[in-house]
Amino acid sequence: MTEKMETREEDDQSESATMEGCWQLRLYVAGITPKSLTAFANLRRICEEHLEGKYRIEVIDLMVNPQLAKGDQILAIPTLVRRLPEPVKKIIGDLSDTDRVLVGLNIRAVGGFGEGVGEIK
Amino acid sequence: MAETTTSEIPALEILQKCPSGIKGLDEITSGGLPLGRPTLVCGGTGCGKTLLAMEFLVRGTTEYDEPGVFMSFEEKSEELTKNFASLGFDLNELVAREKLLLDYVHIERSEIEETGEYDLEGLFIRMGHAIDSIGAKRVAIDTIETLFSGFSNEVTLRSELRRLFRFLKGKGVTAVITGEQGERTLTRFGLEEYVADCVIFLSHQVANQIATRRLRIVKYRGSAHGTNEYPFLLDEQGFSVMPISSIGLDHPASVDRVSTGIPRLDTMLEGKGYYRGSSILVTGSAGTGKSSIAAHFVDAACRRGERCLYFAFEESRNQIIRNMRSIGLDLGQWVDQGVLEFRNSRPTLYGLEMHLVVMHRAIEEFRPAIVVIDPISNLLSAASEMEVRSMLSRLIDYLKMEEITAFCTALTVGGAAGERTEEGMSSLMDSWILLQSLEGAGERNRSLYILKSRGMQHSNQVREFCLTDNGAKLRDVYVGSGGVLAGAGRMAQEAREKAEALERSQEIECKQRDLERKKALVEARIAALRIGFQSEEDELERAISRGKLQSEVVAQDNLDMGRARDADAMPPPEGNTSTNGKGGGR
Repeated sequence: MTEKMETREEDDQSESATMEGCWQLRLYVAGITPKSLTAFANLRRICEEHLEGKYRIEVIDLMVNPQLAKGDQILAIPTLVRRLPEPVKKIIGDLSDTDRVLVGLNIRAVGGFGEGVGEIK
Repeated sequence: MAETTTSEIPALEILQKCPSGIKGLDEITSGGLPLGRPTLVCGGTGCGKTLLAMEFLVRGTTEYDEPGVFMSFEEKSEELTKNFASLGFDLNELVAREKLLLDYVHIERSEIEETGEYDLEGLFIRMGHAIDSIGAKRVAIDTIETLFSGFSNEVTLRSELRRLFRFLKGKGVTAVITGEQGERTLTRFGLEEYVADCVIFLSHQVANQIATRRLRIVKYRGSAHGTNEYPFLLDEQGFSVMPISSIGLDHPASVDRVSTGIPRLDTMLEGKGYYRGSSILVTGSAGTGKSSIAAHFVDAACRRGERCLYFAFEESRNQIIRNMRSIGLDLGQWVDQGVLEFRNSRPTLYGLEMHLVVMHRAIEEFRPAIVVIDPISNLLSAASEMEVRSMLSRLIDYLKMEEITAFCTALTVGGAAGERTEEGMSSLMDSWILLQSLEGAGERNRSLYILKSRGMQHSNQVREFCLTDNGAKLRDVYVGSGGVLAGAGRMAQEAREKAEALERSQEIECKQRDLERKKALVEARIAALRIGFQSEEDELERAISRGKLQSEVVAQDNLDMGRARDADAMPPPEGNTSTNGKGGGR
């Protein structure tokens, strides 16, 4: 069962000029725990700020679908997988370190720097 | 769980064990790995961790019907399948039968970005799912380092490591977790070995260019275990810890005797030879005839129809047969009849353990009554003294267990080494025959004596050992003021003694003749005396009779005279009175 907490598809022009189409993100959690809730909240915030309208988040609860852990080689929880655009990227942790999330998702390296995003020191 | 080996005292609830099915390992651990608990297998690269883990699972499915999950962080499932096909493990078939689940977990550090707190719940879920899906009883994780190399938060890692062990325990699976050896510790994190209930350490050491694999049980909570380093093998039959290492000193002791093949040597051993199933050591310096004694023993055994296995580390089969022909032994016929088999190999061909296993296997195949190892000292070139000793003790234990007579030869260096065997293995041996060369009078001769022979009244004599065209012969040696004499010295001594004996006999004859002569002389004298005496006696007798006659005549005369004088008181003899009247005239 794939629980889609949030889905947005809007053709809004974002900072990442090279990116075309939609960002497919998958967040793996194990049950509703404080950590997973934090991660989800962080992810949504980051996406809203940097990928507004160009992303799709899929939340997979491994407690419900343990067999799905194999496909994306999930070990750590929570794990965020960037399925698109290629290449596949994995970010583990509760995504509280926004800076690293942006690096991990290749958002910041491309266009985030000049935008004066609050998290960047 | 279904398989429990140590269930003699159920009331006490002692630690239950899960038989690994790996050759020798269950003996060392007295029953197997701790049931339902994690075992850590650590060691350097290429020491066989993965193989141990996989064999544990495969044996589990094939021998104990316990399904297993193999979680690999290093090799992909296909690679594993291929690698283990060479060991005769058909992983695909096991996977198809849902007896085995191969789960390759890909971890690439560069693909993972850490942002904040996390745990490895995903892994546990995945593992739990795999275990549940086939009802696994056994789990292998290979290797823990690769798993944790993907993550950098050490605090999290440490706690997750503990959690992993707890998780596996909670699942009730018997797990084998492999781990790389750390620089100075058993493991990289220095934590795993404390968390695990059982730690097995594998090493792969190269000494003198020969690699030897060893296994050691570092710890085993709640169980006694062998603490030594046990050599083990990886070969086409999988993982085997020396299966004969576990034999104790409880082998049977036969009272049956086997001939040495050399009659006089039998005589020295109570006339019966060695004990069957005992171990015999023949030591001597180069060229003292060790192999010849072995060949005699083999020949005699083959003649009785017993099977012999000859491990030669120095000579080739044909060389031995040819050489023994020179002393009149045709070993070739026994080879042709299939009662004798040679296994020739160079000691340096492979490590000592490999030798041991090869020998072990050859013995199992051929089932001989007698095993010859010629020479054991050559094995030293393949390993250290300690290892040779331990290998030999294991081999001899095994042979004793099977009641196979072991005949070993050993080369001693130099003439003076004498009673010292380099391997210090003499205490393992029941009978010890020492061959020495005696130098003197410009030649070198062989001598033989029995240094020890347990359980029999063996001769204490030194014998000369001769190799003749008709086989080995033992001869008495001469022990005199000039020392022990053998060879030409002995012959010279023999000649000397012969001459002396001849002289002595002549002397005796001479004396006897002398005596005869003396006797004859005395007897002649006696005869002469007797003759003299007889003539004297005759004369005397004649004189006596004459005297008697005279006195009679005188008496008659007196009577006559008395009658003539009319003497009374004398009864007149009738008829005489009238005729004689002269006597009375006086």
